[in-house]
Amino acid sequence: MIGPEEGVMQSRAQAMAAIFEVMTDQPLIICNGFPSREACKLRDRDQNFYMIGSMGATAGIGLGLALAQPQKTVVVFDGDGNVLMSLGTLATIGALKPKNLIHVVFDNEVYGTTGNQPTYSRVVGLDKMAKAAGYVNVERVWEREDIVYEFKTMLGDQGPSFLLVKVNEQLEEADRIALTPPELTKRFKGAMAF
Amino acid sequence: MIEADDFVKGLQGIGFDFFTGVPDTILGGIIAHLTEERLYTPAVREDEALAMAAGAYLGGKIPAVLMQNSGLGNALNVLDSLNLIYQIPCLLLISWRGFEGKDAPEHLVMGETMTQLLDMVRIPHRTLASETIVEDLQWTAKTFKEQRVPVGLLLKKGVVKTLQP
Repeated sequence: MIGPEEGVMQSRAQAMAAIFEVMTDQPLIICNGFPSREACKLRDRDQNFYMIGSMGATAGIGLGLALAQPQKTVVVFDGDGNVLMSLGTLATIGALKPKNLIHVVFDNEVYGTTGNQPTYSRVVGLDKMAKAAGYVNVERVWEREDIVYEFKTMLGDQGPSFLLVKVNEQLEEADRIALTPPELTKRFKGAMAF
Repeated sequence: MIEADDFVKGLQGIGFDFFTGVPDTILGGIIAHLTEERLYTPAVREDEALAMAAGAYLGGKIPAVLMQNSGLGNALNVLDSLNLIYQIPCLLLISWRGFEGKDAPEHLVMGETMTQLLDMVRIPHRTLASETIVEDLQWTAKTFKEQRVPVGLLLKKGVVKTLQP
């Protein structure tokens, strides 16, 4: 858990649902494992790109999309295990400073999809690393109203923004993604053409 | 020897408009020219470069990733479980260090096995030569478009002019 901090911690699915409430048509890249399955169950949309593999690549994909489409605000749903696997990408984003990128990290401090093995985010503050790397806006939240408030603020501000959402380990029952990977590519690319 | 700016013009001529990667000596001239033209976004690892290229492709760009062949090892998981299964293509401009065993020790194993490795993961590839550059670029464009997979264009030392003589 989160030590001295107080407040009610959400499950990742609850936190995602809170963010979906304030999102409109922003493109969204979601990391592999349960996060993609939960997002698909909560709010499937053409602007969602679900990853089913290539752990660690999530923020890099969001960055490439943000550079290619500077007029769109790109949102990334990432996990602590994913971020730790590609810490270098924090530096790349912090250095390039894309104004249109919001990097949301649901931090449950475990590799939840594979059986809750602990990650180092329990002791290493990913928000502090993002701040040091050069993200413009960095916030750490866990209560629902703070999640909504900070995400809304980030939608209006110039980024790159990093929202660390501390969540509990609870997984939402959710099926695997029904669309095939090529279908996901085609659907998402089609949605980006507008 | 191919001038770096001619090579970049050739790539732009067949549609490439997003360039990222990790540097190598053989690629130095190309990267210098791309940087001058504000076309290059540096990455810190080859798999990150591929992820950025994939995002750019989803956003409508035609991406190319530059890397030393040692970086192919770093890149394999993203090539396999993102590019190949999602049909997200990109051009891989890979420098062929360790070609014919003439290089520093760290390049010898990859130098000898790179083409087998590419074949094994089903990445089509071709080696650039100044005499065949027109055909090489035509093949690159055609393979990229028709197969929607990563396409390897291998660059040996001395084919495209680099920074050091």
